[in-house]
Amino acid sequence: MLAGVNAADGPGEDAAPPSPPPAAPGSPREVAAALEATGYLADEGLATAAYLAMRMPRPLFCEGEPGTGKTALAQALAQATGAELIRLQCHDGIDASQALYDWDFPRQLLYLRTLEAAAGVSHERLDADAVAASLYDRRFLLARPILRALQSSPTVLLIDEVDRADDEFEAFLLEVLTEHAVTIPEIGEIRAATPPIVVLTSNRTREVHDALKRRCLYVWLDHPDVAREIAILRRRLPGLPDRLAEQVAAAVHQLRGTELLKPPGVAESLDWALALQLLGARELDVDNAAATLGAVLKYREDADRVRDRLDTLLAS
Amino acid sequence: MSAADTAAPVAPEATELLLRGLVGFTTALRHAGVPVSTERVAAFLAALDAVEVTSEPQAYWAGRLTLCGDPDDVARYDAAFAAWFSGDPLHQPNWVTERRPPRLATLTPQPEPESDADGAAEQQAQQVSASGTEVLRHRDLGELSPAEREHLRRLLALLRPAPPSRASRRRRAARRGEPDPRRTLRAALEAGGELTGLRRRNRSRRPRRVVMLIDVSGSMSPYADALLRFAHVVLRRAPGATEVFTLGTRLTRVTRELRQRDPELALAAAGRAIPDWSGGTRLGEVLQAFLDRWGQRGVARRAVVVVFSDGWERGEPELLADQLARLRRLSHRLIWVNPHAGKDGYAPVQGGIVAALPHLDQLLAGHSLATLERLLEVVRDA
Repeated sequence: MLAGVNAADGPGEDAAPPSPPPAAPGSPREVAAALEATGYLADEGLATAAYLAMRMPRPLFCEGEPGTGKTALAQALAQATGAELIRLQCHDGIDASQALYDWDFPRQLLYLRTLEAAAGVSHERLDADAVAASLYDRRFLLARPILRALQSSPTVLLIDEVDRADDEFEAFLLEVLTEHAVTIPEIGEIRAATPPIVVLTSNRTREVHDALKRRCLYVWLDHPDVAREIAILRRRLPGLPDRLAEQVAAAVHQLRGTELLKPPGVAESLDWALALQLLGARELDVDNAAATLGAVLKYREDADRVRDRLDTLLAS
Repeated sequence: MSAADTAAPVAPEATELLLRGLVGFTTALRHAGVPVSTERVAAFLAALDAVEVTSEPQAYWAGRLTLCGDPDDVARYDAAFAAWFSGDPLHQPNWVTERRPPRLATLTPQPEPESDADGAAEQQAQQVSASGTEVLRHRDLGELSPAEREHLRRLLALLRPAPPSRASRRRRAARRGEPDPRRTLRAALEAGGELTGLRRRNRSRRPRRVVMLIDVSGSMSPYADALLRFAHVVLRRAPGATEVFTLGTRLTRVTRELRQRDPELALAAAGRAIPDWSGGTRLGEVLQAFLDRWGQRGVARRAVVVVFSDGWERGEPELLADQLARLRRLSHRLIWVNPHAGKDGYAPVQGGIVAALPHLDQLLAGHSLATLERLLEVVRDA
């Protein structure tokens, strides 16, 4: 109830700031090192963002081209901090009963019937208030991802593709993201012992409301440069020949510069390198590139355009 | 202001000075066109508190993460950061020169002198009778006198467009549809455990997205003002489900600017945002930019896409045809509105429109209020 008032005011300065998680890192560099240990190579901006997200604490709002590692960031953060990753995939029509909590109605009904039957046998009078109270007990509460993230800690809560949800849903996220608490009318407020690290991702299919954005740290993720991409390939595919990693990274980098319907992301270059590795390739040539092009390019028009120019693409 | 005060580290004059410098930077940023709120400034100061302020990259990232909210903001932030912290007074960041005075007022042709002869009587008629409105509804938007234009603005503001809708995934109680177990059970409970009948539920309706792409090149300039006003009216009706872009030599998104309630303020803001008024058109390239950056990601998916253009294309028509084919595959309906299509003797022969025709669901006229009303009906029923 009180939380409802606070949520309307925005992050009230008078409210006691939630304590940072116990294992808060000391500097962005430490975060980068911890992320690297899980196989996620973060640049300085991203490391600073992750560090601030844990220190302030504020949700991370990640936007960027598909395949630049928005979702992977949440997974890496969970692994690095030893927290459980809880994922909420948004879609249109998503509402509180799918994101937050729901009452287990059939179980409540069964329980009520059992009470009635028991009372019928023992000829007792049921206390209506007590029965009603017992129906809205925690054991009949179905915790959906957001409530789960608040109840168990430490957690990393990934709210994926928030732009796919309706705008009403954002309003409802506000209370959760600023207060780290949820108010259930029948039970009261449920507050996280340590606030979860929240990562929101968006593909910009719709502009997310400013009220939500300004409570977050805004991260714009770009494709990595060639050197970083080579490092990512080596890190994620340990057996990959060095020469092949360099060639794949260079070729993908070039593909991003050409006019394609869907420029390949890091996920695609990883797929491509893996495909080549499985075929036993030592280096990239026109034949094996043509055979595995489906791993990088996902449109027929793109594939046609690139296939004709493969030799010039690989020559550079 | 209290937010900034509490977030600041507690210390004497030196910090006070530093604080002022930092808040000054956010003001400069606001002038550069990044919408910085007090809340964001507070977050910026809190972030600086958590990192090493003396390290320039860390200060840079602390600001970029807290003060930006859009990829377009990032470029402006970079320029403002470089200008502010380089301390070089000669350094002229490009965002200052990019701002242009609003040109909407002078955009439209001013037939003031010649309107005296025959226009005076006409104006008179409009002021006194309702039939003037009826005539005006069918007049060409490009050939109006200033008084008629004023009248048209008021008529446009009166339009009440009904947004198109689509089925949502969410289900609501309904008279027909699939059985709803939960409500059926609840009804049974009320009746003492007796099933009295099936309750049902069905998919609810949500507004379908409408995307308007308005050509603001030279050949369309007589219509651009009225079309943007029209777009404003449609946008205000369903702000969450409408997107407006202008096409010229480049693509500009004006949804944010047009979201303001007051049409004059909204139009002025849009005028400032559009850098290529009355320039040339490269429809194919600009459509490609739209599809790459917005359309394919989801803005055009399952949307009703309306292109307002006369189809004068400077670039290659093949590119335009390819892009329209792409747009057609993504969208729910693709409608092209050509102001010339309603005129006598019009034949779709311009390079652009010939290339476009095979990919369109409908080609409509859009030169008068009556035809725009017709467009609203088509969009509603899409």
